Amino acid sequence: MNIKRVLIYSILGFAALIYLLPLVVMVITSLKDLDEIRSGTLLSMPQALNFDSWDKAWGSACTGVSCEGLKGYFWNSVLIVVPAVIISTVIGALNGYVLTKWKFRGSTLFFGMLLIGTMIPFQVVLLPMARMLGFLGLAGTTSGLIMVHIIYGLAFTTLFFRNYYISIPSELVNAARIDGAGFWMIFHRIILPLSIPIIVVSVIWQFTQIWNDFLFGVVYSSGDSQPITVALNNLVNTSTGVKEYNVDMAAAIIAALPTLFVYIVAGKYFVKGLTAGAVKG
Amino acid sequence: MNKSSAPRQSLGELLPKLVVAPTFVVAVIFIYGFMLMNAWLSFSSSRMLPKYDWAGFIQYEKLFANDRWWVAAENLFIFGVLFIVICLLLGLFMAIFLDQKIRAEGAIRTIYLYPMALSFIVTGTAWKWILNPELGIQRLIREMGFESFTFDWLVNTDMAIYTVVIAGVWQSSGFVMALCLAGLRGVDDNIIKAAKVDGASMPLIYRKIIIPGLRPVFFSAFIILTHIAIKSFDLIIALTGGGPGFATDVPATFMYTFSFTRGQIGLGSAASMMMLMAVIAIIVPYLYSELREKNNEH
Repeated sequence: MNIKRVLIYSILGFAALIYLLPLVVMVITSLKDLDEIRSGTLLSMPQALNFDSWDKAWGSACTGVSCEGLKGYFWNSVLIVVPAVIISTVIGALNGYVLTKWKFRGSTLFFGMLLIGTMIPFQVVLLPMARMLGFLGLAGTTSGLIMVHIIYGLAFTTLFFRNYYISIPSELVNAARIDGAGFWMIFHRIILPLSIPIIVVSVIWQFTQIWNDFLFGVVYSSGDSQPITVALNNLVNTSTGVKEYNVDMAAAIIAALPTLFVYIVAGKYFVKGLTAGAVKG
Repeated sequence: MNKSSAPRQSLGELLPKLVVAPTFVVAVIFIYGFMLMNAWLSFSSSRMLPKYDWAGFIQYEKLFANDRWWVAAENLFIFGVLFIVICLLLGLFMAIFLDQKIRAEGAIRTIYLYPMALSFIVTGTAWKWILNPELGIQRLIREMGFESFTFDWLVNTDMAIYTVVIAGVWQSSGFVMALCLAGLRGVDDNIIKAAKVDGASMPLIYRKIIIPGLRPVFFSAFIILTHIAIKSFDLIIALTGGGPGFATDVPATFMYTFSFTRGQIGLGSAASMMMLMAVIAIIVPYLYSELREKNNEH
């Protein structure tokens, strides 16, 4: 190994260290008690493995007026994410199928219209959407938030499936049509079995986006219906006497665990979604 | 006999349209309709409650006369430029280093990219603690013997915006690395071999052949990063809360504050329209050049 290789490896290793440090600091801090935090530094090790702050973050820390920890909000996020991911992925798959295998006049224009939906800053729809949710009686509810996430996720899921299905040979579909197979039969028998990879990409993308969302959550939810990101922010900013950094860090890790888990288990698909969702076409 | 087959056939033709119809309706109402409604609000006299009247450019005049808006715009500029440039440079160099047939490449890549899986709220919370002026990095370095070391950017009006850059770069540079790495893997090996035969050194090959070949990758990364920058809201809320004072306000937090906590709906919608303009100013040239390239191919 020559000097150049050593240099490259040390640079890469150093960079990896920098990227890892915040996570390490979070974990270490969450395991210390407040005295250790005050007397030590970011990187000083905890005396013992102390999960008290995890207990508190999960079950009894104050997030604004209520002091019941993150657990309720964690389940709120689950309740929002599961239906929103499933519904937006199913509709996205059907849209992608039509836009590639059953093109009609105006279908390209329709796709272009949707594409723009992936690019607008959501701030321009925040105020009208608030009014609409009020009008529908969904203001401050979990259902309202699910609806918002489905609507603004559709452009992305449609984009994923459309770009994936476009590489499935149309001859396959045409042959089946000649044999008398209809719209649903072809989707079910030909398209769907080929779709597993892109379904995984779409599910992971939507899951991460919706779990990590803060903007819609903070604007459209209130009190008991808040998602975990909003609760985490409230928890960190609730000052009841002493600032408990260890509880803050435990709470942040709890909020991050689901998406981190998905990333570690299915990182390959995560990266694919990131590049496909971001780089259009 | 025609009577019975004709409707069925047209139903068959209609079916695909029926399937995409809900999405179409949703897009028309919730994307385009809402954008128009929002535009209208920005020309109305709305304050606490939305009012659909016509007040001309009053809200925009108020916006441009608002010091806080200009602080927000300037912050977005500072944050945007630094965030984008540093992410691009770091991403490129890490990708080049990773592309040297590195052992454990997969593991290293995983480490560089994991922040992208986190919510900006989590990132902001973590960095708020790390940058804590008393117990954070400052304490760590002082304990190492540098007793006069000061690092109080988080609470320093002039420097706080740079903490947002640090946290933002930490979160997003791995993503640029992934894009660049994919681009590097797509470079034709034969060209590199030919250049080597001609006696070109590796740095020269990178400078003259490989990096220019990554132009489309930079372009996409640039668009995505710009987009992230203009929309950045959660990171600032979690890291600085827009403070100290409103020193780290950006248009997204400005819009939120005025629309939802200060009862200035008209002003908030005008601010959001400015954000939309900024995105359009970036996206349109991008789409235009994309389309032109596609046309040139055929």
